[in-house]
Amino acid sequence: MARRSVARSLLNNLLSMKLEPCSRLTASRSVTYMPRPGDGAPRPVTLIPGDGIGPLVTEAVEQVMTAMHAPVYFEKYDIHGDMKQVPQEVIDSIRKNKVCLKGGLKTPVGGGVSSLNVQLRKELDLYASLVHCSNLPGLPTRHDNVDIVVIRENTEGEYSGLEHEVVPGVVESLKVITKFCSERVAQYAFEYAYLNNRKKVTAVHKANIMKLADGLFLESCREVAMRYPGIKYNEIIVDNCCMQLVSKPEQFDVMVTPNLYGNLVANTAAGIAGGTGFMPGGNVGAGHAIFEQGASAGNVGNEKLLDQKKANPVALLFSSAMMLRHLQFPSFADRLETAVKRVISEGKYRTKDLGGQNTTQEVVDAIIAALD
Amino acid sequence: MASQILRRVVRSCSGGILSSPANHHHSSLLPALTRAFSSATPITATLFPGDGIGPEIAESVKQVFQAADVPIEWEEHYVGTEIDPRTQSFLTWESLESVRRNRVGLKGPMATPIGKGHRSLNLTLRKELNLYANVRPCYSLPGYKTRYDNVNLVTIRENTEGEYSGLEHQVVRGVVESLKIITRAASLRVAEYAFHYAKANGRERVSAIHKANIMQKTDGLFLKCCREVAEKYPEITYEEVIIDNCCMMLVKNPALFDVLVMPNLYGDIISDLCAGLVGGLGLTPSCNIGEGGIALAEAVHGSAPDIAGKNMANPTALLLSSVMMLRHLNITDKAERIQNAIINTIAEGKYRTADLGGSSSTTEFTNAICNNL
Repeated sequence: MARRSVARSLLNNLLSMKLEPCSRLTASRSVTYMPRPGDGAPRPVTLIPGDGIGPLVTEAVEQVMTAMHAPVYFEKYDIHGDMKQVPQEVIDSIRKNKVCLKGGLKTPVGGGVSSLNVQLRKELDLYASLVHCSNLPGLPTRHDNVDIVVIRENTEGEYSGLEHEVVPGVVESLKVITKFCSERVAQYAFEYAYLNNRKKVTAVHKANIMKLADGLFLESCREVAMRYPGIKYNEIIVDNCCMQLVSKPEQFDVMVTPNLYGNLVANTAAGIAGGTGFMPGGNVGAGHAIFEQGASAGNVGNEKLLDQKKANPVALLFSSAMMLRHLQFPSFADRLETAVKRVISEGKYRTKDLGGQNTTQEVVDAIIAALD
Repeated sequence: MASQILRRVVRSCSGGILSSPANHHHSSLLPALTRAFSSATPITATLFPGDGIGPEIAESVKQVFQAADVPIEWEEHYVGTEIDPRTQSFLTWESLESVRRNRVGLKGPMATPIGKGHRSLNLTLRKELNLYANVRPCYSLPGYKTRYDNVNLVTIRENTEGEYSGLEHQVVRGVVESLKIITRAASLRVAEYAFHYAKANGRERVSAIHKANIMQKTDGLFLKCCREVAEKYPEITYEEVIIDNCCMMLVKNPALFDVLVMPNLYGDIISDLCAGLVGGLGLTPSCNIGEGGIALAEAVHGSAPDIAGKNMANPTALLLSSVMMLRHLNITDKAERIQNAIINTIAEGKYRTADLGGSSSTTEFTNAICNNL
């Protein structure tokens, strides 16, 4: 009898003790990554602040990186969306450094200037664009259980930029789909799923109408799917996909799409998970990678947001965490993400898109304070 | 929500009465949209019950119309079992002529038979009747709770060209090209209809959805046409929204939008997205507008062969589409009565079909609506 009461009081003691993170009670082992000698040398990263709120949010990233003493240093280049083309020195810098972090570049609408975002991707052959949309604790959304990665073909498709006026009043635009590009983006999608322990890849298409073009895309996806028998593969038509995203988003895991549908699906998924201000993303190619705000990279906010300095830095901070992992500095990435998630879940410092009134600087200070 | 519906009722009633004489000095397409008639002379309308659950829900429509005393006479046509050489599809020439003659029609779900050598049924209807605009009003049904409560928008989609021109070819092995075509004529036509619809239904804002920062010439032309039409309607606010922004705003806050006008592909995706916001294709009405004022209202859901004949189908989509048809014919008072009856029946929650979470049969649901008239 006495033993049981002792046991019970011990149990009560255990349960009433406050659990801190990494508490010995939960017996969680710390994660360790074994580096190669020399891995800690500082790496140069090209930084493009961009237009609109771009400089504000890239400044936020720089501050946090300095506070963490992360082994990266930035080479800044100032380009704007209304330039005719990306300056050669910027491209050379990215080719040398292999990694770039970028704010948004605003393309003037209908202005005869081709988008610099698209130019960079084509020039460096960054053929896969990735957006990771997931629910964050503390971020109110209508949908739960959202954890979707949208991988979008980035170089061809509807964004080939091949348009011409046939006769006055009739304009044609070419959508080009090639087996080569479809296959490599499908390969990247399945490889991503394989390396990140994802269970399902869904191909999004409109092959019932565009039989040859999207049919070729699907064929390439099916071929790659056969090489990964452990990963489930299915196909969904794009309009049904959008409908399912707003009603049952938990059925999607990794999605691979051609260029235009990917744009729409990524923005829809980002919207249901909390907004484009929170979703990280990047563009990756065989030799280089550019990290930027996940969805809507061309949306650089409006004047008011800029004047009041209330832009949301979270998306770019998460993207820079992805960049740190890409550079193989995983523990810095973990620290950064934990700090940002803590600030969001506490909810004391919120920017305008969360309904708060804090400036970017206040949120950044809170994140730096939350770093451990 | 009830106050919103009341406001919409008042707006559309007044819009309907005021817009009829004003239409005559718009482009030549529009006068055909207004019809002067007395409510005693019945109007003939073509009815395609369709396949699967089609005949059952078409029965519901006929029953409700009879109970509401609507002056419509139905001319039923069925999809044939063999290909008619004159139309290259399973729809007969007589069916198409009937729609051309009557100028209004109602279409149930049709299952496209698989196979080659014929055009799909929807494509045949679209091409032969020159249906250029697809109008889909999406509003949250009170009493049927989805994650979105405040949806009240209309999507108007250009239906003939754009990315769905069907012009594809293989350049060399492994390289395929698909043409997206935008013409001034088609863009002007759909923009005209969009603004006319907005005015006639008391809507305040029209948003053109595009991706002209990337596809500068094609979507640029579409936007230019919309701007031209917008100048003729100064009382309606006009704005332009890039498609990816639009998707994000729709899932975060659908109340930001009123009327959306878009080219073909974006329209397809956005209209299905909006249908998903309010509860799915089983509840969404739709109407196709053709040259010369032809209107073919249709239910966009599938033919559901697994529940065909079991009296379980939900006739809401076809009923709401028939209401759209009545509004097009300017029989607004009956349209309002039937629409309110449907909304009230669903809101009451006592009679709901299986897909809405209830257990009533089609006939019980239809009777409840007739009682609510």
